[in-house]
Amino acid sequence: MNPFSSGTRLRDMIRAIRACKTAAEERAVVRKECASIRAAISENDQDYRHRNLAKLMFIHMLGYPTHFGQMECLKLIAAAGFPEKRIGYLGLMLLLDERQEVLMLVTNSLKQDLNHSNQYIVGLALCALGNICSAEMAHDLAPEVERLLQIRDPNIKKKAALCSIRIIRKVPDLAENFMGPAASLLKEKHHGVLIAGIQLCTDLCKASVKALEYLRKNCTDVSVRILKDVSNSAYAPEYDVAGITDPFLHIRVLRLMHMLGQDDADASEYMNDILAQVATKTESNKNAGNAILYECVETIMGIEATSGLRVLAINILGRFLSNRDNNIRYVALNMLMKAIAVDSQAVQRHRATILECVKDSDASIRKRALELIFLLVNETNMQSLTQELIDYLVVSDQDFKEDLAAKICSIVEKFSPEKLWYIDQMLKVLSEAGNFVKDEVWHALIVVISNAPELHGYTVRSLFKALQTSCEEKSLVRVAVWCIGEYGDMLINNVGVLGKEETITVAESDVIDVVEIALKRHSSDVTTRAMSLVALLKLSSRFPTCSERIQEIMIQQKGSLVLELQQRSIEFNSIIQKHQNIRSSVVERMPVLDMSTYNLKRAGSSPASIASEKATQTSSSGASIKLPNGVNNHTSAPLVDLLDLSSDDIPQTNSSTGDFLHDLLGMDLTTPSSTGKPAAASGGVDILMDLLSVGTPSVPTDVLAPDNISLKQDNTQAIASLDRLSLSSLASSTPQRSLLDSFQDPSQKTKPNPGVSPVVDLLDGFNSNDLLPREETPAFPSITAFQSSSLKITFQFSKQPGKPQVTVIQATFTNLSSNDYTDFLFQAAVPKFIQLHLDPASSNILPANGKGAVTQSLSLTNSQHGQKALAMRMRLAYKVNNQDTLEQGQISNFPPGL
Amino acid sequence: MGIRFVLLVNKQGQTRLAQYYEYLTLEERRALEGEIVRKCLTRTEQQCSFVEHRNYKVVYRRYASLFFLVGVDNEENELAVLEFIHLFVETMDRHFGNVCELDIMFHLEKAHFMLEEMVMNGCVVETSKSNILAPIQLMDKAA
Repeated sequence: MNPFSSGTRLRDMIRAIRACKTAAEERAVVRKECASIRAAISENDQDYRHRNLAKLMFIHMLGYPTHFGQMECLKLIAAAGFPEKRIGYLGLMLLLDERQEVLMLVTNSLKQDLNHSNQYIVGLALCALGNICSAEMAHDLAPEVERLLQIRDPNIKKKAALCSIRIIRKVPDLAENFMGPAASLLKEKHHGVLIAGIQLCTDLCKASVKALEYLRKNCTDVSVRILKDVSNSAYAPEYDVAGITDPFLHIRVLRLMHMLGQDDADASEYMNDILAQVATKTESNKNAGNAILYECVETIMGIEATSGLRVLAINILGRFLSNRDNNIRYVALNMLMKAIAVDSQAVQRHRATILECVKDSDASIRKRALELIFLLVNETNMQSLTQELIDYLVVSDQDFKEDLAAKICSIVEKFSPEKLWYIDQMLKVLSEAGNFVKDEVWHALIVVISNAPELHGYTVRSLFKALQTSCEEKSLVRVAVWCIGEYGDMLINNVGVLGKEETITVAESDVIDVVEIALKRHSSDVTTRAMSLVALLKLSSRFPTCSERIQEIMIQQKGSLVLELQQRSIEFNSIIQKHQNIRSSVVERMPVLDMSTYNLKRAGSSPASIASEKATQTSSSGASIKLPNGVNNHTSAPLVDLLDLSSDDIPQTNSSTGDFLHDLLGMDLTTPSSTGKPAAASGGVDILMDLLSVGTPSVPTDVLAPDNISLKQDNTQAIASLDRLSLSSLASSTPQRSLLDSFQDPSQKTKPNPGVSPVVDLLDGFNSNDLLPREETPAFPSITAFQSSSLKITFQFSKQPGKPQVTVIQATFTNLSSNDYTDFLFQAAVPKFIQLHLDPASSNILPANGKGAVTQSLSLTNSQHGQKALAMRMRLAYKVNNQDTLEQGQISNFPPGL
Repeated sequence: MGIRFVLLVNKQGQTRLAQYYEYLTLEERRALEGEIVRKCLTRTEQQCSFVEHRNYKVVYRRYASLFFLVGVDNEENELAVLEFIHLFVETMDRHFGNVCELDIMFHLEKAHFMLEEMVMNGCVVETSKSNILAPIQLMDKAA
């Protein structure tokens, strides 16, 4: 005899497992057992199959893989005896699932057993089918189950009814076959059959409208009678629970009545009396009675009940709510939530009690109560409720603070009558739970603050005070640091003091102290530190006397290991040190953040600014699609992502970004652009950009650089912005822009170079660049400069010998659509270090379907050949069926070295 | 569907019986058991017997060293589920006579048979203890 095949007894295995002291020991025992079971299986051991499967079930329960036992289940099911079948079916239900192919094999055994003469075997098969039936099996075996529904034996009937539930869930089309048999089940006396039949009817109502109508017509009176019988029945020992006969049947039939009475006045009318009787007569001193009352209230709330009945139901809930048993209070809160839709006034009456539940020691009750309170808030009670909740926030558990703070914030946001109140409440929340609120909350707060100029002084002073006590609350610190940076001067001069406010005297150095503490205390929080650096930069201009101290702090951060911080401190330091003349304009107060854009973005819709709409009005390709050929279709919303708020649509910017292109394209393209404004200014531009993107150092920002400084100049000198255009759009392809990057080939990465500060380079001009000039290469690959669904442009390059800076481009345009294009016009614009000469096109008609192409040659002279790569914006205008069409894009995939 | 799973767990958090009425992989089951056992076992006597977990509720009740945890849909009547747990315990009590953890461990299949008679596909099918036990007693007599 094989030493493995006999194995240990089940009992011994369980003992061995229980004796294990560590998980590793347990694993070892299980592994050994599994090995012997496998051996037994492979030997086709008949005697111990039963025992092995029992062992496998235990091992399965412990959470070990047991798939190898699945075939054993099938063999046991196929056996003739009841004990084998029984354990086989149990194993099948536990070890298998409907996803596995093994199920295919079991269908036949099931069919045989469903037709077996022994009622217990039929019961086993029904039970298994009810638990594991798949859609295919449902199709195959539905007729058997339908037949069994009509058999006299109640034990088979009830199981067949539940099996039918599974079948109609898997194949809802079969629902109507079961309507008739289901309705007749309700006429039975056996409780098991009734419960199963009622559940089948309830499920049929959910599965098919036709069945719902049929059952409403035929079963409303029957279900009322069942409820009447069971609630008035004499003592029945077998079904009695605490003096109530079969609470399960009560609950199931109430649930069916809920389905039948919903939105049906006649059926509801018919139920009124019995519901009133159950609601008044059921004992509420035991759990079973309360379970029935609870279900009864739910049914009353769900159907078209009379107002008297509803009052009764609300009163039961009121009683529940004041019950000392937490379970009862929990279900009361749960139910009140549904009752709000029916009668919110009645629920409002219990507000005080519900508010007490928010402060309960039980987390489940607190959570329910908080959700309920949230639904109860309206304009009239909002102030007092918020006050209560905020007071509780102070003392609540740490793990509840997040939920509570989130709810308070949304209440405050939703109902705030005025900005002052909003800011006050938010400051309170942030001071208490600043570490628990989501980023959107403080982002939104900053937007609101920015939009309330009359409160700037008050807010910054309040924040300053709050920081003294709650400097650990991250979000509070961020908002405070932002406001101090923006409105720090109001802190000193006490600008805009409100009536209720106590004035404080703050010295400039105190303000710097606070920001420095924020910078140092939150050492692991890059966002807060980055925001602190920006605030310091701004303060250096607001408080010139502290400039030196700020510079010292900046210098300390120069060595930061976080690239973002290192870069900021180096850049800012250089602004403070060398560029006093532009500093004040660079650190000007942020323009008012646009609330609607922010809300839009928050709502998840794409932030379409006015400017971008203007630009996209005729573009055929969708917004912000970056085509693979490197053309950055510049229809993407030219948004500055500031604080990740997207509220950057400063009114002035709109006009500039929108008209920008027109200015550009409107000018004589062949004329070299004039020398433009000082480079330093455009350097400053992007630094401001950087300031704006404060909150999100690691998030790629879709940036088109609009800014205050350039704006003023744009109006008079649009040409000068040409280089910025290329700059910004390149920047959008290299998400975390470095100024340096934008001017180089995008593939060139900035090396953190302690010797040469990149910003200084930029601010001082474009000359010092470590990119080595490349010697002219004889041939350049042609590129696909632009491709949309309707149009393709390819560029071929050639160089004249001896003139490395001149590139001649042969542009070929192909029409991919099925319509001819007329009045075809190609225009291009280049940064100012490049000169562009456009020859006339070969034709202004572009035939459809790529039959024939238009060519045009361009000559580009790169005055900074070897230092800067070519870049070009282009615009295509043409008519399709006499309709004007415009496409535009940026070409940034020029081969290097041109 | 109503009932999603029935779990019996001892004070140490070891599973003693697990019956799922929806398919979960082994890993999902282990994770789920770990999560809810941790949640439920740390609660005190005074706290309510309902814990919200993911998108369903766990109704639990403690009997001596054993916790009965039943996962149900959100719309299920929680108080009725408590009643169901009690019925299950009473049924096992009647069969084993003062049921304890070891009875269930060593007669796992019997506990499963009882549950099978009570619940099918997540729905309660029988509420009479003698009806539930009838087939089991018949088997015992035959054996």
